[in-house]
Amino acid sequence: MTSVTARTSAPAAGTTPGAAQAPPPTAGRPPLRRRIALLPTAALLLGAAYCLLPVAWVVVAATKSGRELFSTFTFLPGTGFTRNIADLHAYRDGIYWRWMGNSAFYAGFGALLSTAVSAVSGYALALYRFPGREAVFKVLLAGVLMPPVILAVPQYLLLAKADLTDSYLSVLLPLLLSPYGVYLARIYAAAAVPADVVEAARMDGAGEWRVFTRIGVPMMVPGLVTIFLFQFVAVWNNFLLPYIMLGDDEKFPMTLGLYTLLAQGSNTPALYTLVITGALLALLPLIALFLFIQRFWSLDLLSGAVKS
Amino acid sequence: MPFTLRRRLVATTVAGLLGTTALTACDSSGDESAAPAEAGPAALTYWAWAPGMDKVADLWNKGPGKEAGITVTVKKQASGDDLVTKILTAAKAGQAPDLVQAEYQALPTLVSNDVLADISKEVEGVEAKFAPGVWQQATLGTDAVYAVPQDSGPMMFYYRQDLFRQYGLTVPTTWDEFAETARALKKKAPGKALTTFSANDAGLFAGLAQQAGARWWTTEGDQWKVGIDDAATRKVAAFWGGLVKEGAIDNQPMYTPAWNKALNTGEQIGWVSAVWAAGTLTTAAPDTKGKWAMAPLPQWPGGARATGSWGGSSTAVTNDSKHKGAAAEFVTWLNTDPAALAALVKESGIYPAATAAQSGGALAKAPDFFSNQPTFYEEAAAIAKTTAPSAWGPNVNVAYTTFRDAFARAAKDRSDFGAALRTVHDSTVADLKKQGFGVAE
Repeated sequence: MTSVTARTSAPAAGTTPGAAQAPPPTAGRPPLRRRIALLPTAALLLGAAYCLLPVAWVVVAATKSGRELFSTFTFLPGTGFTRNIADLHAYRDGIYWRWMGNSAFYAGFGALLSTAVSAVSGYALALYRFPGREAVFKVLLAGVLMPPVILAVPQYLLLAKADLTDSYLSVLLPLLLSPYGVYLARIYAAAAVPADVVEAARMDGAGEWRVFTRIGVPMMVPGLVTIFLFQFVAVWNNFLLPYIMLGDDEKFPMTLGLYTLLAQGSNTPALYTLVITGALLALLPLIALFLFIQRFWSLDLLSGAVKS
Repeated sequence: MPFTLRRRLVATTVAGLLGTTALTACDSSGDESAAPAEAGPAALTYWAWAPGMDKVADLWNKGPGKEAGITVTVKKQASGDDLVTKILTAAKAGQAPDLVQAEYQALPTLVSNDVLADISKEVEGVEAKFAPGVWQQATLGTDAVYAVPQDSGPMMFYYRQDLFRQYGLTVPTTWDEFAETARALKKKAPGKALTTFSANDAGLFAGLAQQAGARWWTTEGDQWKVGIDDAATRKVAAFWGGLVKEGAIDNQPMYTPAWNKALNTGEQIGWVSAVWAAGTLTTAAPDTKGKWAMAPLPQWPGGARATGSWGGSSTAVTNDSKHKGAAAEFVTWLNTDPAALAALVKESGIYPAATAAQSGGALAKAPDFFSNQPTFYEEAAAIAKTTAPSAWGPNVNVAYTTFRDAFARAAKDRSDFGAALRTVHDSTVADLKKQGFGVAE
């Protein structure tokens, strides 16, 4: 709540180095009594609760043993957390960690590739004038509106022709081009890479590739980090594409792996406690990634401030 | 054999089933199905969801499979309708695995899409090992054999022995007595209910209708005939609708935390379920272990003793397989060999479909949860013999989805089940027509 009020009353905090520590520019006059806007605050609090309650549920439920899961009060912590982790670790000789590794590979490597493609294409679309530029961009915009879910089956059938299904590549290749990533990169490059600087570099004799890698990319880094993060989260949570592409459970990402624990046929009960614990552990890398990447975002604000 | 013609009828319209997206692949599938079974070493892939199936396959790979040069690799999948879609998509691209685990009600869908191979020649003589009602589900009533039954789910009535004694109730043997028992309990303990009517698994209602003699999908010449709104099913719907309407039983859905709690605390003292109920009860109602007992399903008057089936699956060989003979050999071993069945019971917790394996051996001892009923599996085997034949069609998934929506609403509002049944019937017929099947009115 404090951060909410602080943000509305002290805009531009952190825009320039040191501004956060300095008092707001109200010198001379007595500070105005800050009115807390009740309605927006309540609405935001409600929204926060709406988002955080399920997470809290996962955290609490992961501590419950199978016996406690449905019989004790929902938000009463249980006693089975270490047991759940041990069971998850023991399940089919620790295949969960393999799924975790697969997810990290698909998400990490996939996001990296996709960011690279987005950077090149976004930069080109923003800084070069060539016939068909607008047409390409409009197709991309249409692509942003197209849910990737629709494309999963055609992509499967295409990859089947190349005999690539049920392989790591079959999940990575369709993720390579992200229309949203290209769109974002184009918008960002147009704003962050001044045409004058590019022109100056060319005058000094730098080739196009050198201009891109030495001038374009460093200026685009904050935007690229955002694209990377978006892609990482999207792939990490992706279900349908790997579901259709992969048959081999050794190549499954975590989403798919956990699903096989839930649906084991009618004779066998669903392994709820393991799935919940697995879901909680799957959150941790994402949280770590967000914390790590925060510093690049503040860089974003800094670089915006020094731009002439 | 009405099936060949129907299949041809269907083949042209199937492209639409997977959506327009399947169009790109029309030319890439089909050729493999003509390839003759090859002799010699074979490496087979098997999509299955039953837990521990890889261990059972290991048994084969180290024993009979090693001698025959046939290796089976299990790739564990998630069960359900989604898997059927996945298999259909893979088959469109000619990339289906050699072997698939398939629920009985999914077989007509897979067969009408030409996914499954006819293995009648390879599995000759296997038929005798299964109850006719179970075997018929794998042949779809034709001369062909599309799968070998693996596990079955004969339905039974489960009740809290201690609470029945406490309230002076007797175990109902007919559905009339069942209704009386429900009313008597409501009178003695208004907070408790004999059972609940839940629409979230259509398999339960389908099994109850099957027991009453309903045949939801049958063929007439080259056409399908849908009998969801037939007299038998109407009787079952009216019975449950009446109980819900008068408040004699509960109307909350199954498999929810609230339902688990009702079972665990004894608010719900009975459950119409199938042979695999022990697994569900163990997680849903852990505190009631040893307090439940199993009895045959109540009967309708005038009919022979019968039960329906809820759940159960089979193992099938696909047309994409290049080693159909080898695959059929494994399928036969997996579902009829005593060692394999014992391993399936132990590792996967299934109730075998093969009659000989249903009592004694690995099933000599009652499940832990029913330790108070030592003859559990002997009684179950006797009930399993009375399984009524079922009749599945190519769009069970559509019927089930509509059922869930229509009956969930009817149960919640305590309104007319007959109207809901009509809705399910009509949308099933409409969907068949849309898919291009001939439908007899």
